[in-house]
Amino acid sequence: MALTREQMAQRVARELEDGFYVNLGIGIPTLVANYVPDGIDVMLQSENGLLGMGRFPTEEEVDPDMINAGKQTVTARPGAAIFSSAESFAMIRGGHVDLTVLGAFEVDQEGNIASWMVPGKLIKGMGGAMDLVAGAENIICTMTHASKHGESKLLEKCTLPLTGAGCINRVLTDLAYLEIKDGAFILKERAPGVSVEEIIEKTAGKLVVPDHVPEMTFDV
Amino acid sequence: MAGFDKRVASYEEAMEGIKDGMTIIAGGFGLCGIPENLIAEIKRRGAKDLTVVSNNCGVDGFGLGVLLEDRQISKIIASYVGENALFEQQMLNEEIDVVLTPQGTLAEKMRAGGAGIPAFYTATGYGTPIGEGKEVREFNGRHYILEEAITGDFAIVKGWKADRYGNVMYRHTAQNFNPMAATAGKITVVEVEEIVEPGELEPSQIHTPGIYVDRIIQGSFEKRIEKRTVRS
Repeated sequence: MALTREQMAQRVARELEDGFYVNLGIGIPTLVANYVPDGIDVMLQSENGLLGMGRFPTEEEVDPDMINAGKQTVTARPGAAIFSSAESFAMIRGGHVDLTVLGAFEVDQEGNIASWMVPGKLIKGMGGAMDLVAGAENIICTMTHASKHGESKLLEKCTLPLTGAGCINRVLTDLAYLEIKDGAFILKERAPGVSVEEIIEKTAGKLVVPDHVPEMTFDV
Repeated sequence: MAGFDKRVASYEEAMEGIKDGMTIIAGGFGLCGIPENLIAEIKRRGAKDLTVVSNNCGVDGFGLGVLLEDRQISKIIASYVGENALFEQQMLNEEIDVVLTPQGTLAEKMRAGGAGIPAFYTATGYGTPIGEGKEVREFNGRHYILEEAITGDFAIVKGWKADRYGNVMYRHTAQNFNPMAATAGKITVVEVEEIVEPGELEPSQIHTPGIYVDRIIQGSFEKRIEKRTVRS
């Protein structure tokens, strides 16, 4: 079975380390915050100028001056810091954020990512994604492995306009967890019940398949 | 003392001098920390053919979105313009020129503009459509593109508290682009929730020192919420 959105978030959360500053993009990446393992403390960075994003507010706590990068009302956790957009992107561009998790339309075997623009469709903008991928050493892309029509999104070369060049080193899809290294996807884990053959079939880019590909396990 | 008194008596006075064809830099992220009354005054005055520099362009009927209603904006420099049907329509009809700019690059363009730095190199956008046609330079084995600073004829800013000298503090994440915008206007206008006596703001806590600010006005704010999200 392909992973659910929640399972994808759970799997990404296992990559969190104690003391990490983490930027989570919109969508599945945002859900990662719900699965931070016990005993691990991470500080969430929101690029509109908040380090130490807390939980969503109660009705009483809602404050229009307190939002995250997805424009949702949020709270600040104890020990949070708030600053300007320039300061926020100094952190991002300067490589101070330990892990960035964001979605993508396409990723290729050279680590290129396309996530902001589909020509011919309405283009709304890249927001902070180009800065995030240019600044981070450590990025995990979350995405579906193939389109609804079965077309692979893990490509030899991205077809859509890029968000960043040669910057992605890890990808979690609904079918597999992969690393990108030396011009190839390296299959590290597969979703429960998903065969290596299916992943091979749905990966258009160069794929390195080790002898043993462990199956992911989930508690629930 | 009067020489440092930046207060103006009305919104009309606050936006005095705005003309067709000017560049306006606006603070705010989404609808958070936007100078909503200054925007309303620009609408009232009807200045046209404006270039607006702002992270977003408001929503239908609120924030910078109101300037679309009478087609006052001819060009916008922004990182994200979604959530606005009128904007989409004007963009598709090519009535408005949109220069999409990565969010961190946009913040730095404003910061550089205000700091007297004409351009800067950044890795953001290298190898993407944003980097096309821009000068590329390699530093320590990495590629960077040259991005130029932005300044405006006006900067419009939303603060929390200020004194009459124009020293400003922002509240929570309503800070966002406001401090950079404040530095980058030939005329910087700040509207705040409260004007306090000089000395009441702790000097080391001031986000925007008064030297950047030309006009200050106290207003009342709707502070519309774009995505109210609560936990149960």
